[in-house]
This record gives sequence, C-alpha cells and structure tokens, in this order.
Amino acid sequence: MNYTSPTTVEEAAAALASTPGARVFAGATDVVPQMRSGRIAPEVLVDLKGIEELTSVSVDDEKWTIGAAVATARLTEDPTFSAEFPGLCEAAGLIGSDQIQNRSSLGGNLCNASPAADSVPAMVANHARAVVAGPGGRRVVDVADIPTGPGSTSLGAGEFVVAIEVDRKPASTGEAYLRITPRTEMDIAIVGAGARVTLDENGVCTAATVSLGAVAPTVVRVPDAEAALVGSTLDDEALAACAAAASAMCSPIDDMRGTVEYRTQVAGVLARRAVVAAAERARG
Amino acid sequence: MSRRHVNCTINGDSADFLTEDFTTLLNALRDEVGLMGAKEGCGTGDCGACSVLMDGHVTCACLIFAPEAEGRTIVTVEGLADHTELHPLQQAFLENAALQCGICTPGFLVAAKALLDRNPDPTETEIRYALAGNLCRCTGYDKIIRAVQDAAEQLRANA
Amino acid sequence: MTVTEDNPNTGYKWVGTHQIRPDGLDKVTGKARFGADLVLPGMLHGRVLRSPHAHARIVSIDTSDAEAMEGVRAVITGADFPDLVEAGRSTADIAVAANAMARDKVLYEGHPVAAVAATTRELAAAAVKAIKVTYEVLGHVLTVDEAMADGAPLLHDGMITNGVDPKPETPSNVAAKTTFERGDLDKGFAEADMVVEREFTTKPVHQGYIEPHAAVADCGQDGRATLWCSSQGHFAMRAYACTVLGWDTGRLKVIPAEIGGGFGGKTVIYLEPLAVRLSQKAGRPVKLVMDRDEVFRATGPTSGSRMKVKMGMTNEGRITAAQVWLAFEAGAFPGSPVGAASMCALACYDLENFLIEGYDVVVNKPRVAAYRAPGAPISAFAVESVVDELAKGIGMDPIDVRLANAAKEGTQAPYGPKMPRVGLIETLEAIKNHPNYQAELGPNQGRGVACGFWFNAGMNSSATVHVNEDGTVTVVTGSPDIGGSRQSMALMAAETLGIAYDRIRPVVADTETVGFNDVTGGSRVTLATGAAVVESCEKVIESLRERAAKTWDCEVDEVEWVDGQAQRSDGSQPPLSLGDLASKAGRTGGPISANASLNARGVGAGYSTQMADIEVDPETGVSRIVRYTTAQDAGRAISPQYVEGQFQGGVAQGIGWALNEEYVHGTDGRMQNQSFLDYRIPVASDLPMIDTVIVEVPNPAHPYGVRGVGEVGIVPPMAAVANAINGAIGVRMEALPMSPPSILAAVNDQS
Repeated sequence: MNYTSPTTVEEAAAALASTPGARVFAGATDVVPQMRSGRIAPEVLVDLKGIEELTSVSVDDEKWTIGAAVATARLTEDPTFSAEFPGLCEAAGLIGSDQIQNRSSLGGNLCNASPAADSVPAMVANHARAVVAGPGGRRVVDVADIPTGPGSTSLGAGEFVVAIEVDRKPASTGEAYLRITPRTEMDIAIVGAGARVTLDENGVCTAATVSLGAVAPTVVRVPDAEAALVGSTLDDEALAACAAAASAMCSPIDDMRGTVEYRTQVAGVLARRAVVAAAERARG
Repeated sequence: MSRRHVNCTINGDSADFLTEDFTTLLNALRDEVGLMGAKEGCGTGDCGACSVLMDGHVTCACLIFAPEAEGRTIVTVEGLADHTELHPLQQAFLENAALQCGICTPGFLVAAKALLDRNPDPTETEIRYALAGNLCRCTGYDKIIRAVQDAAEQLRANA
Repeated sequence: MTVTEDNPNTGYKWVGTHQIRPDGLDKVTGKARFGADLVLPGMLHGRVLRSPHAHARIVSIDTSDAEAMEGVRAVITGADFPDLVEAGRSTADIAVAANAMARDKVLYEGHPVAAVAATTRELAAAAVKAIKVTYEVLGHVLTVDEAMADGAPLLHDGMITNGVDPKPETPSNVAAKTTFERGDLDKGFAEADMVVEREFTTKPVHQGYIEPHAAVADCGQDGRATLWCSSQGHFAMRAYACTVLGWDTGRLKVIPAEIGGGFGGKTVIYLEPLAVRLSQKAGRPVKLVMDRDEVFRATGPTSGSRMKVKMGMTNEGRITAAQVWLAFEAGAFPGSPVGAASMCALACYDLENFLIEGYDVVVNKPRVAAYRAPGAPISAFAVESVVDELAKGIGMDPIDVRLANAAKEGTQAPYGPKMPRVGLIETLEAIKNHPNYQAELGPNQGRGVACGFWFNAGMNSSATVHVNEDGTVTVVTGSPDIGGSRQSMALMAAETLGIAYDRIRPVVADTETVGFNDVTGGSRVTLATGAAVVESCEKVIESLRERAAKTWDCEVDEVEWVDGQAQRSDGSQPPLSLGDLASKAGRTGGPISANASLNARGVGAGYSTQMADIEVDPETGVSRIVRYTTAQDAGRAISPQYVEGQFQGGVAQGIGWALNEEYVHGTDGRMQNQSFLDYRIPVASDLPMIDTVIVEVPNPAHPYGVRGVGEVGIVPPMAAVANAINGAIGVRMEALPMSPPSILAAVNDQS
C-alpha cells in the first residue's frame, strides 16, 4: 500500500521513519502537480489530516496553536482569529481559489518552500513559530528558519511540522500582507510583502517587522526597513526609507513571472503599502 | 497489483470502488464509479472543471488521492438535481444562457452551490472571487455571474 | 440592448426570442458526453511520446522494450504511416501528416514521435518512457527575427518564398509573402498633416479551450474504424485522418462528441489518426487524451508577430496613406494567418493609398492553428493603436476619426471586392451614443476605442429535415455545436415551418448519416448550415402543400402555407396543420423529408466597435478593466442571448490576449508556462460585466439577415485596452501582453 492515514503524530513519525521514500502531505495541492510532472516520486504518502492535533486550532492567553494541516479556509473562517490577525488571514486566503483554500494549509505552504509562498511573509512578520516533530522528539523554531531555498527545508529525515504557533497580538498592533499578481486571483505572487507595526499612545512606532516573499530564494526580513520605522511616526520620510531598504534587500531572479528590475522596484512599493495598511489597523 | 477498496457516500448513495493509492479522486469517479460529470481540464487544480463537494466543501477532485475519500461524503454535478427537479442553479444557468460549450458548467455549478450554501446573499464581487477557481473560456463570465445571482434570489425566496 | 435597422421582415415569432437550448439539460446535469467521456469495452489507454527538442533529426527509434512491457498492446511511430512525400501528395497533406507524427525530423518541442496503447494509463505512461529515441539536435529559431536572420537554421530544406518576384534563389524560413496595394503611398503621406510610424510585437497565444483534445477509436478486423472525437468538424477530421492513415474516407466513420471549446483550434487533427492506427494494430478500442501540458506544448496557438505600421492623417481626420508590414510565426509548417491579417488590417477604412505586406515565417514551435478571426486581431492591435495615436495627435475624438474614414456599402475593400451593405458605422454610433461613453473616469483611469472586421465564411453545409408522425420535426445537420447553434437551427426551422420551437428536434449527426459539412468555424454555421436548414424546410413546405392538395383534390397553387398550416386559398376547407398532414403522410405519398446541400453565398461581413475603460496602478503596472462595452453587427440575432454570449466570449479572450497571455519559451526552445497557472487566461474576478449592443444591419443575402457573430468580437480588444492604457497613464504600449512588468517598464522609460 502506498497511502497511509495515521491518527497520531507518533504513528506518522514511525511511518516516515520506516519507509525511505515516504512523504507527508496535507492538502496535496503542490504534491499532486509535482508528482504528475515527475519532480517528486514518493514511494509512500502519509496523510496528516487524520491526526486531530494537526487539524485543530486552539487558543489560550499566550498564543494560538494552529494545526499544520488545518485547511486555510477553516482558519480564515474563524471569526476570532481573523479579527486578531486579518493580515495573516489575507495571506493564507490568497494561497488560491476556494477549491485550493479547502485543502491548502499553513504547514504545507511553509514546507513546500516556494519562495513565493503567500502565508510565509505574514507568518514571519508575526513572529510565528513552527513546532516540529521527528525521531528526536519535538522542537520549536522560527517559521523563517524552515525554508532554506526553493523547494528545500531545514527539516531533517523523518521530521514534519505539527503546528504553527502565533503569540496573541499585543495591543495597538496591526499587520497586513499585500502581493502583486497579474490577475486578481489564481496566481503565484510576483512580489509579496508582510508588515506588522506596534504604535504607542503618541503614534510612534515601537516595534516593526517587514518581510518580503518572491524576491529571494526564501522569505526575507528587512532589518533596515524595520530600523527606519521604529521610533518614527511612520511619516513619509520613514516610509520612503522603508521602501528603499526593501528594494535593496531583494536578490530576485528573472523568471517568467517577473524581472529583477520589476521585483526590486515593486518590493519597495509593496513594503510601504503593507506598513501603511498595518498602521491603519494598529490605530483602528 | 492489489487495489484498495474505498467506501464513501456519493450523491447521497453508499458507494464503493477499487483504486490504486496514487489515483486521483477525479479518475476514480470517472473510471471506476462511472460518473463523468467532473472533467479534467488541467489535472493540476488550476481550472476547477473537476470541482466536487467533499463533506460540503468545494475542492478539485484532481488534487485528492482516491483513498482520501474513505468515509467521506462526495457530491458531484450529477447529485444536484432532485428527482425531476433541477437545482435552481441548473435552471438559472439554462435561463441565463450561462453556458456555451458546457465543459466548465459542472464545475461552476458545484462551486456556485458551495458558495450559496455558505453565503446566500453574495455581492457580485463575492461571487466573482468565489468562482475565480473555475475557468471559462467561452462566456466571459458575465452570464454565469447573472445566473448565480438569479439562483441566489430564487433560493432566498424559497427558504 | 439591440439596435435594429428598419426592416420589413421583423415581427418574427421564434427568431430573436429567448429559449432554453436543446442540449442545455444534458450540460447542466453532467450527462453530456464530451470527447474523453466515452468508454468502450476492452478499451486501451494511449499515450504519446513527444520530442523534448525544438529541432532535431530523428536518428533512430527503438520501441522493443516498450513492446515487451506488461499491458502494452500496440506501439506506433512515423514508420506506421504512409510516406506521402514518396506518394507525391501535396505539401499541405504532407504537412498534416508530418505534424501528426514526425518522420525524419522533429520541428518543435512536443512534436509526436511515437505512441503506445496499453491496458491502463499508468502502463501506457511507463511504456512511453521505455521508448528509446536518438536525436541529432539542430539549431532552432523561436521568433520571426531569428527565423529571418541571415544564416538561420532552416526548418524545411528547399523552402523558397512564394509570392516574391523575382523568386528567391536560396531557401529560407519565409514560406510566403502576401501583398495588397493601391494608389500612391508617397503622395498619400505627403498629403498628411501628421504621420505616425510604430513597430509592434506580439506573442503566440493559445485558444485556451478548457477541454483537452480527446479521441476514442475502434478499428475492426475488417480494417474499418469508428472514431469518436470532439472537434469542430467531423467531416474534416475524417478527411485529415484518412490523409495521414492513407485510407479512403469511406473506411472511417466519425461521430461527433460534444466539444468543450475550439475557437478554431479543433479544426485540425492531432490525436485522431494515432488513435485509429493504435486501435488497428491492437485490435481493440483505444482512447487517447491530451494532458493540459500537451495541449500547450503541441497544439496550435496563433502566431506571434512583428509588425510595422505607418499612417498619415489630415487635421480633419482623413487617413491619407497606410503602410503595414507584418511577419507572423507559422510554427513548424507554413500557414500562419498572415494572409487574412493582411486582408483585414485596413478593412475598417475607405483608403486611396496603401501597401500591405505580410510574411509567413516558420519557426520551431507548434504549428499554428486557427484562433477566432485568425490573424485579424493581431494586425488590428497595430493599426488601431496607430489610428488612436493619430486621433489624439490631431485632437479629434477617436470615434469621430473612424466615422470620417469608415468603410460602408460600396467601399472597395483592401483585398478587392466592393463592400455590400455593412454595419461598421452603426457600431461606431452605438458606442458613441452609449451611456458608458459618458461615464466619468477616475484617477489613473483611461478609455480606449477600437474597431475590427472579419469576413465570416460561407462554405459547405448539408441538412436534412424529417417530419415525424406526431408532427414534430427532426432537423439533422453535421455542424458540431460549439456555441449553441443547435438552438439557432431549431429557431430558424420553427420560424420557417411556422410551428413551435419545442416541436423541433435538432440533431448533430455523424459522417454516415448526414451529407458533407465543412467545419464549424468562420462564424458560418448560423449562416450556412442555417441556410441549408431553411432551404430544407422550404422543400418540406412544398411537400406539405402537395399533400394538402392531394387531400383536398385541388392544385398545389391553391394551397398556401401560413403559420404552420396548409390553407386553401379560397378558404373552402378548414386548414390542415403540420401534425394533421404528418399523421396522414403514409397515405398521401410516404414519409415527408427533404435535404439541402449548399455552398453558402451571400456571406455578410461583420464589424465591431469596442470601448475599454481601464485603471492602471502607475507604481506597480497592475491594471484592472473597469468597464467594457462592445457593439457588433449581427445582421439578425437569431438567438440574442447566445449572440451576446459570443460577443462577450470574444471580448474576454481579447482582454486575456491584451494583458497576460503569452507563450514563454526558454532559449532551449522549450515552453516554460504550459499550465493554466502560468498561462494566464482571465478569471471571473478579473472582468466586469461586459455590456453588449447587438446592432442589426440585416445581411440582404440571407433569408433571416444573419451575419456570423462568433469571431469579429475578438478583433478590437487588444487595441481598445492599449488605447485605454494610453489614456490612463500616457504610455503607448508596443508589445503584447501588456503585463504589469511591461507596463511598469514603459512608465519608467517615459519618466
């Protein structure tokens, strides 16, 4: 048999360990096309959706814990989560059509490790963490540490992501995700930008994260943009510096979706707009 | 070759079929169950012609492995009409000339049903985004959107 | 909205009404059977092996491993088909056969090299991988520039350009040159107050039908076969397939499946002869279906191009001269639509001085196939952009400029004949008078106008009409229904016979049960097949009058046919309905039926004027269609809803062509975007409602005034969108598609 549907993390880990060509999957929205094109050829597919921990969402005072295989449509439908993290929901909701949304997952989007993955810049902007299970037990890492290059991750043999953790959002904090696609839907981002800002009672930015997707082999944070924003009132000068820093951070490629020049220029535009959108949410 | 026996519910009936593990649900529905309504337009989840409802949620059957159907409830275009009565969406498509060649129509009907099940009063924009996963090359979408609006009104009136 | 010219023949009972189409129920319930939906007992699955190289010599093919594999029942290569070169067949036939299955050379990535039939899909896929082909890779050319350059690798040794005088001495990749000219160009440009000269490039785009090609063939041990396939013309499929197979056409019966879109791309064969030969060798039915990536890599898109347009205009808006230079990619074999593009390029205008030169250029890409008004949208993009630039240059409204030069009845078309009554001016006025033309535009929004022309076709059609005993009528035609034509046939039959639409049963019959029909294409079915249906119905009416005369024992000319009934002219008998006469048919002379076969005359050309409102984000180059309006002359809309549907469909394809669709090839000659993810056709959220105006300037030569409507709608959109972008952000786009990176680059260049 080439398909197995374990009901616990331990069973899944064992299945991965026992068969050399075994691979986990959740929604398979990338796995099926890649198998069809011959890019991957797993021997065994381990379906993670039968494991309750991976398909449930829970929240406490400290953090949200989102099962890695939760369908993004279920996540974005959650009224409390979408009220607290509208940007992350926007990002997750852009992964594809309604048909895709009923299958795609944060875990899948992260571990497929496409440089253009939509949810990843938003997860990174929100300091999300990945809970990884494997032969050595569990460990928790920053989401940004999972993708190492197009199609590759830092996960070791037999490891898989079990959940995404996001700390409860502090007060006066807003986050947003924007992307450029040629069509309004159904496209891979040419450039994606995630931003999060925290403002104090005088409107001064006390914390900021800016992240970019599709402009480098993996998602990138833009420390220079963040430094330009923190301590400012997000005035035009700070935003311009943020945009310039974002453009400077890019090391994109020319491919059929966009050129180096285009991505570099638009990364700056999007970073600025994402910060502005995040700030509006922080104030609202 | 040994195949897996899958049991599920299709269009309200208990159904079962044999399948290889890596066969997609789309191919299983067409080749094993004999339901040809769902179409392969691309095989990679980009066109929506294979849309089916799985446990009430619209998905591309070409992206689902057939074994995943075990224990699930599946609805295809063949399950929309109720005995002698067409679903209001089917009737609205006919009355609004919302199909030309008709190859995308099964997928649109299933996706539109999923939309109206969760949102009985969608705006034009909401309809367009909910159906963005279904490609049509013939109509330019105009009459499809009008048909969905018509059917939504009809369903609200019947409710 | 419909704008109808005064015509004494209005007041129809069925023509022009909204009805439920006869095949609609099957299509909304999933019962309709398309090409891939047929299953036959014992059926095998086929798979094609395709060239990975854009240009190579086939040194050897070893199929022995594949033939020995589990489940494999047949393997074929080019050697399994007759050598048409040796048989002295025409270059056209040789090209059809070589495109279906390569012989000594592969000419594009995706070119079929071999095929297998096996008991399961997976076994067929595995067997294809086991076929060993040795190639000698050759240099390739991917654009007209590369193909026309000195020293370019040649696709076809010995190809000398047709249409050039004196004949070139050396072969090249230029298959043919077309020239149209009139008057004195220099004099014309000298009279102009403003001259604009621009160069444009476009990329190949695919018809994008959602249904991949599919065929099921069942060859008996008697060497005769039945082929089930979705196509735009089963008689054409039969003829082409038999050419490739080396069969008389009588050996092959073709049954039309429902077709999931064609737009011209399914008027040619790909899988059909392969499926038949595999079935013949295996002695079992074979199903062959293309994957989406095969559709992109190996079936005809339409041409990419380079174009140069120079036009001169007076300050009053009169075009004084026009010079058009076109070079179109034909793909691997000659036959781009550059001829039609040349003929249509200036057909909206009444001109004294022009020169049009068109070059048909082969390149190492799939052979192009027809795509909705083939060629015309490409040249229209260039010409209508230049007309727009001139109009803005002299400060005149773009519609007024076109009105000042518009072709009308009596205008001599650039390709020769005088125009009969046509409706371009009416479409221009329809847009000018439309409320959308006055709609306010917001920041970064612009409005663009463009016109288009397409000749439409007549060609051959046959129809048979049978009267059934219960008074229903079966209308049998051989034109595959790709847009709702069965309904139009039924409406015209109902109107002619005077009986209710739901008493008509329209049927699309196979090659053994109806007379010859040319393809469903060229916007000809409502016109030509409709004419055959009308003629058959008129003959049926003659028979019915004779039967009534017999019943009443009077002369035929004392019987009139009115509203579906035979009436005695002197009123001395109660009328006999079609149903009455049908039930008595056996006693009055036998079953009543009639047929008609014709080559349709009196084709009515089609014009469209369109208006696009677009919003462009100048910081990102992303654009959004805000509003779109199209006015098109339908002659007479037999089925208005479906006529609107044709308008809207053409517009949507044109918008995709304008903004995002293109073939992307690597320098290795391989297509990179062979999926619907990266080949971007418009999705529902990309488009607004598409406002339509059906203009009716009836075609005087058709019984109901019909003009073909399927094609001309795709001709104006790219220019309308380009002109709107110009209005929005002031840049003149010279290349398609106008995607965000190219718009932003143009904005950057400007500042």
